[in-house]
Amino acid sequence: MNRIAAVFTRLKKEKRKALIPYICCGDPTMEFTKQLAITLAQSGADIIELGIPFSDPVADGPVIQKSAVRALAGGATLDKIFTIGKQIRAQVSTPLVIMTYFNLIYVRGIKNFIKDAKFSGIDGLIVPDLPVEEGKVLLEAAEKEGLALIYLVTPNTSAERIKLIAERSRGFLYCVSVKGVTGARKELDKELANFVRRTRNITDLPIAVGFGIANPEMAGEVASFADGAIIGSALIEQIEEHITGSEIAYDQALDQAGNFIRSVREVL
Amino acid sequence: MNKGYFGSFGGQFVPETLMPALQELEEAYERNKSDSNFQEELQKYLTYYVGRPTPLYYAEKLSTHLGGAKIYLKREDLNHTGSHKLNNCIGQALLAKRMGKKRVIAETGAGQHGVATATAAALLDLECEIFMGALDIKRQALNVFRMELLGAKVTPVHSGTKTLKDATNEAMRRWVATVDDTHYIIGSVVGPHPYPAMVRDFQAIIGKETKQQILELTGQKPDYLLACVGGGSNSMGLFHPFIKEEDVKMIGVEAGGCGLETDAHAAPLSAGSKGILHGALSYILQNHDGQITPAHSVSAGLDYPGVGPEHSYLKEIKRAAYTAITDQEALKAFKLLSRIEGIIPAVESAHAVAYACKLAPELDHNKIIVICLSGRGDKDVTEVAKLLEVDKDE
Repeated sequence: MNRIAAVFTRLKKEKRKALIPYICCGDPTMEFTKQLAITLAQSGADIIELGIPFSDPVADGPVIQKSAVRALAGGATLDKIFTIGKQIRAQVSTPLVIMTYFNLIYVRGIKNFIKDAKFSGIDGLIVPDLPVEEGKVLLEAAEKEGLALIYLVTPNTSAERIKLIAERSRGFLYCVSVKGVTGARKELDKELANFVRRTRNITDLPIAVGFGIANPEMAGEVASFADGAIIGSALIEQIEEHITGSEIAYDQALDQAGNFIRSVREVL
Repeated sequence: MNKGYFGSFGGQFVPETLMPALQELEEAYERNKSDSNFQEELQKYLTYYVGRPTPLYYAEKLSTHLGGAKIYLKREDLNHTGSHKLNNCIGQALLAKRMGKKRVIAETGAGQHGVATATAAALLDLECEIFMGALDIKRQALNVFRMELLGAKVTPVHSGTKTLKDATNEAMRRWVATVDDTHYIIGSVVGPHPYPAMVRDFQAIIGKETKQQILELTGQKPDYLLACVGGGSNSMGLFHPFIKEEDVKMIGVEAGGCGLETDAHAAPLSAGSKGILHGALSYILQNHDGQITPAHSVSAGLDYPGVGPEHSYLKEIKRAAYTAITDQEALKAFKLLSRIEGIIPAVESAHAVAYACKLAPELDHNKIIVICLSGRGDKDVTEVAKLLEVDKDE
């Protein structure tokens, strides 16, 4: 069984929900990314999303945009990210999922990208600018190597479309909590629970909710109707003061990230 | 050909949130394209508001000066708001109304598309927000004031290169968040399907008029069509009605910036590679990893690292050729056309004029070149004055 599927099966038995943090690889260095991923795994992350920075991230809000800018300025490249992925995999058994934009996959060559990801111990892919209509080739290539291509559905996706997307999605289905870009919000959308329930009626895939979750309270609320909570911008906000500017303190950043993830873990 | 593709180029590489909006737009466009009420209304505005048809002007003095082919200028600079951009904006704004949207948003580089969108929004009572790179806001202060005067909100974009590419990113992000009541008026033949085809159709009026006018004036077909290519809307508008007439050569002129041998240009068709930017697969400027690299051009309207997918297709099947003109060559043509014909062209359009200066002398007197003079240059005079001043100092 793919590591992702195994996680959801185990969590179901334990009556817990998946905690899925997102980090941007290379922000601000590759070595820090490795330490951070290991810290997240040790602090209770069930799946880790490794964001690969892209110069033009249209689905991302300001926090992840800035994170990507720092990563690219720090010299992040695909080769380095696959190398660090392999090093992370050597130390943790947590499923690793790449989140990136389609151009990076296209330019490397779909088969090459999948092969490199597999070699680095990556378990799945999330590509926010790849709708199912354009995803056929990537899905086939990923399936062949046993990688899960995880699709997203949004609050304005029709029931008919959710069905189509869920049929093609592997590992879990990513429910985007808002019509909008990534970034912590003050509260959850009032329609979110209904949206997730509607989706639940259509598919048996595990459902993880992302975009906008800011704190343990909101994650707890999400856990009452979904199978997992994805946290990106809020986690980066926790550590960005320690990894930017004049007072860089990586140890503090790791402590802060670990504490934050543990506090969310408690409510899931 | 797959739906939404031109050969292997095009597609819909967008966040899922936008897929329903693109489907809604495609349906609305297909429905209205063949609706005589819509076409009549559009025609009414094009005639009495935009000022079409625009003249096809025989630039006799320029032709004599260059000593070769006869050069005709398709005077899109004489449209209301001073460029070809309004052809598309009126069409899309009418469509937005028919889709029941109350707000339009747009990206702009030089400000021409922003001004045209703000104009159409004022006319048709739509709220309007324009995204513009902070660097472009500096370069094109006059157009910012015009947009605000027309009632639009101009939102500066500080991310990335602070130019057209980043304004487009930000407009897409805003559209994702406001998709229910907002229509995104993309200003060129770029973006996800159906934009490249729809914008082309709204701009094809340029080529349709040209076809008729050149026949009336000369009894001949043109031998060459020249137009500048940023995203590629004025060129596609001119080219498209001629695509099946294979004896008409079509040449798109990209912004060569400091030269194609440098990294400082905006010529993806001449010196880029295949990739995905802003929802479509096309030629783009990017590094080995697929990170988009910054474009450079003296002209804010051409300062874009991508190009419409249909241009990539025309290049691939060799139906159109693409070349590049440097900043310096464009500025020279800017001065030449002003001096010799009394027409100050947009710096964008000056790129096409500059290529005509190379091509015309090599051709026989009975050959005909049509240049799309896509916009007027009033917006550029401050910036050009600065650049020419620097030249003098050197």
